[in-house]
Amino acid sequence: MTFGRSSALFGLSGGVVLVLATVFLSLVIGARSVPWAEIWQGLNGQIDSIGAAAVAVRVPRTVLAVLAGAALGISGAVMQGITRNPLADPGILGVNAGAALFVVVGIAWFNISGAATFLWLGIAGAGCAAVFVYAIGSVGQGGATPLKLTLAGTATSIAASAFIIAVVLPRNDIAGNVQAWQVGGVGGARFQTILPALPFALVGLLLSLASARILNALALGEELAAGLGQNVALGRIVAAAGAIVLCGVATALCGPIGFVGLVVPHLCRLTGGIDHRVLIPMAGLGGAVLLGLADVAGRIVARPNELDVGIVTAFVGAPFFIWTVRRHRMRGL
Amino acid sequence: MSAAEVHMALAGRRQREGRRVVLALGGLVALVFCLVFLTLSCGRGCLAPADLMAALLGHEDAPGFIVNDLRLPRAALSLVTGLCFGLGGVAFQVMLRNPLASPDIIGISASAGAAAVFAIVILSFDGWVVSAVAVVSGLVVVVMIWALSSRRGAAGARLILIGIGVSAMLDSVTAYVLLEAPAWDRAEAMRWLTGSVNGAQMGQVWPVLGALVVFGGLLAAVSRDLDILRLGDDAAQALGVRADGTRLRVTVAAVGLVAFATSAAGPISFVAFLSGPIAARVMGPSRGLLPAAGLIGAVLVLAGDYVGQFMLPYRLPVGVVTGAVGAPFLLYLIVRTNRNGGTI
Repeated sequence: MTFGRSSALFGLSGGVVLVLATVFLSLVIGARSVPWAEIWQGLNGQIDSIGAAAVAVRVPRTVLAVLAGAALGISGAVMQGITRNPLADPGILGVNAGAALFVVVGIAWFNISGAATFLWLGIAGAGCAAVFVYAIGSVGQGGATPLKLTLAGTATSIAASAFIIAVVLPRNDIAGNVQAWQVGGVGGARFQTILPALPFALVGLLLSLASARILNALALGEELAAGLGQNVALGRIVAAAGAIVLCGVATALCGPIGFVGLVVPHLCRLTGGIDHRVLIPMAGLGGAVLLGLADVAGRIVARPNELDVGIVTAFVGAPFFIWTVRRHRMRGL
Repeated sequence: MSAAEVHMALAGRRQREGRRVVLALGGLVALVFCLVFLTLSCGRGCLAPADLMAALLGHEDAPGFIVNDLRLPRAALSLVTGLCFGLGGVAFQVMLRNPLASPDIIGISASAGAAAVFAIVILSFDGWVVSAVAVVSGLVVVVMIWALSSRRGAAGARLILIGIGVSAMLDSVTAYVLLEAPAWDRAEAMRWLTGSVNGAQMGQVWPVLGALVVFGGLLAAVSRDLDILRLGDDAAQALGVRADGTRLRVTVAAVGLVAFATSAAGPISFVAFLSGPIAARVMGPSRGLLPAAGLIGAVLVLAGDYVGQFMLPYRLPVGVVTGAVGAPFLLYLIVRTNRNGGTI
């Protein structure tokens, strides 16, 4: 809107370059230093040396980080658009926690395994949590204010994590798996688990892109959007479905990761304008860069151990959250 | 009505109110006593009261190990941490005139927990030093949240939101330190993630009891001023209460209580948040809110621990039980406050 077509194109191509740079860094840098020759061997699938084998493991991990980051970034942008709330983020609104609860219950009670079922569970959990939090947050006068939504999301997250502990604690056989998954990591990525997620991610992406025009209209206010001839209710549902599918997929693959969906859309708005047709793809690229870099940073800072990516994003994202709260005038309860 | 009649009516009301306070507090004390008795006498198997007394008095033939070494420290730790969380929580809620501004929502419990874990795992401190580190970090976080949220307009909402952000960050510090811990002990991790009194020892109880005496006393000393502060800063000033001084003392006392309790039993979810509003319902508009909230905190921890130990199919730490109870209450409070904009 305020930015021209050429500047949008500039922003998007800049984003693509950054994603490629992130992928490069993620392949080259790790807890173990590997010489260039072995990196090349590892990328070609020759895993004769330890270094090359380490690099070969980094490939699916990088793909997962880029994919999940893009999904979370887009989902955050769409949620901020629907709720017209600068603090909306799948982690803060409790949507990730809902997805996590469903997946954990599926593992513990129904002996579910297999990536595709996880995806369905994650999406169902994300959907339930999103509807629940939005319903609680929009009760009463003033509609869904940032404070009410955030509190409802926090309460839902805490309740979900209490139930997750209650489900997991008696089960020694699955506790280790769930613990590692819950912190939020891309470490154990394998292509067999990533491939089934691709169709879901694609559906989520298309739904989000399709709702871009309606989100633009909604930014002007609900009445005005309806006055412009938009079907607001339908548009909201399509957009929410896209955001929920994306965040459910990301959570099912790498556990609840917070703050990516919060930080990325704000940064993209600073650089690429507020038109959702540009903002949504930009948020995807930005999310991929952020999560990829967070993963790389997690490998470096705690050598020889690795820091899970969820911890890194919380470290980066929480100060950003506070900054956003300070920047906006918040309506009280 | 003549002046004498008004005076009589007021005096009568005051007397009734006083009786109500005594009754309510007495009932709560009795409830706490019953729960302590239950924790001491009934576990996997139940002891007769005579055996219990004999064991407590140290008779040879009584089941001394079960009562004195297992159940007594557990009951004592639940009691003192519950009192600390309840008092600290309600002090914050009253001071900030918002039930949502409790230490466990605005990040003070999270900071005390993160500091305690850091001191234990990374710096290998123990005992009083851990609690001291937790108190200092709690105070630092309060000052930080204060500084970050003090700007034009609607400070309450901003304070709570910033507190939520701070606590998200500190929780990830806790998660990180626990992953770094050399011996990954899940029971120990549960203590720092949700709060637990499993494996309590008398050595953990004494620092918390000391904190309860010192900081609880400080809180009691300023409780009258705190009550007046509920009327608003201007009214308090007019009645001769120094608002900033009172707030400083209340903050130090409440952070001390919460931090000592957290460094012993972990951030037991939502006890600090729940106690104040429940106490307000029990006591009505009368005085005695602070002691009532402390007692309700003790009831919550004792009952939650008993339920988590014996009344569910699996043994769960107390923080899971209080978290499962507290989260729906938080949602209810959000819905209710939206309707009538009320405070605690």
